[in-house]
Amino acid sequence: MIESVMKLLLFQVLGEALAFGLAVPIPGPVVGMILLFLYLLARGSHEDGLLGFSSQSLRHLSLLFIPAAVGIMAQLDLLSREWLAICLALLASTSIGIVVTAYVVRGAQHDD
Amino acid sequence: MTDPLSVLEHVARLPLTWLLATLAAYRFALGIQRRAGFHPLAHPVAVATGVLVAILMAAGVDYPTYFEGAQLIHFLLGPATVALAVPLYQQFSLIRRSWLRLLCGALLGSAAAIATAVGLAALLGASEATILAMATKSVTMPIALALTERMGGLASLTSALVMLTGVLGAMIAQPMLVRLGIAGPVASGFSLGVVSHGIGTARALQSSPRTGAFAGLGMGLAGLLTAVLLPIVMVLAG
Repeated sequence: MIESVMKLLLFQVLGEALAFGLAVPIPGPVVGMILLFLYLLARGSHEDGLLGFSSQSLRHLSLLFIPAAVGIMAQLDLLSREWLAICLALLASTSIGIVVTAYVVRGAQHDD
Repeated sequence: MTDPLSVLEHVARLPLTWLLATLAAYRFALGIQRRAGFHPLAHPVAVATGVLVAILMAAGVDYPTYFEGAQLIHFLLGPATVALAVPLYQQFSLIRRSWLRLLCGALLGSAAAIATAVGLAALLGASEATILAMATKSVTMPIALALTERMGGLASLTSALVMLTGVLGAMIAQPMLVRLGIAGPVASGFSLGVVSHGIGTARALQSSPRTGAFAGLGMGLAGLLTAVLLPIVMVLAG
């Protein structure tokens, strides 16, 4: 477990370093995710411990969103002013996004 | 002896209390979700957030005080984002046969969702904070929050919109695609993942494991493409 935690933190540090060093605007943890993905493509079959630990931890991923979500209590003014624009934009973008994606990939892999 | 009220006030100021309260609210919300038969509206983040906001307001505790305790949990978002490479790696074999079409689907679907959300919000006179949050709302929460932090948006607004998009997509995707005659497991699963991230993936898993696997793949690809391309587009657009 300690080893798996260390590997995740190490890839995050590498991601932060690479994003900063190359001055790319991509978030450091996302760069870390890309690096870990490439590493797994090369050595995934030797990393059972890390694969198991990550899958297990991701089961409770939702918990990690709560502290940021509670911040909505400081934005109630904004929500009450802009709720109509927010609702319409959400509804339109969600339906259009789903239909566009489904149209592009339909027929892939004998989907029926 | 100190009077009980001042003891309570002391407890309400401890970071420890809000760390515990966050875990307890999450645990409670998981129970609600199970009892609601995993309906998208009973998403644990929405329920736990509602409970915590109600308690904090009733107790007169402000967000910075709460966050002092809860930041321990918030910090774990970074390593969790890195760990998302694992499910992407495990579903990677699904891509082999039609990788170009799936990649195009994730790219065009994400772009269409972002352009509609940002465009319509701007057209309807939403503030800059809302428009910025709209740009990241279709991707999985850890990536959306990392992007928001990177672009200087409001994390709380982003997480609310991410949640709403997830719940909305999970509720409308399949009825809509059935009507259009493109509701196969690949099309419906993949589009649920691309637009409605983890909440859509959970919904897709209820249909079949194959639908769920493609949803997971769609979530991963859309998150990755958005995380890499959106900041670059924003820099170019100024």
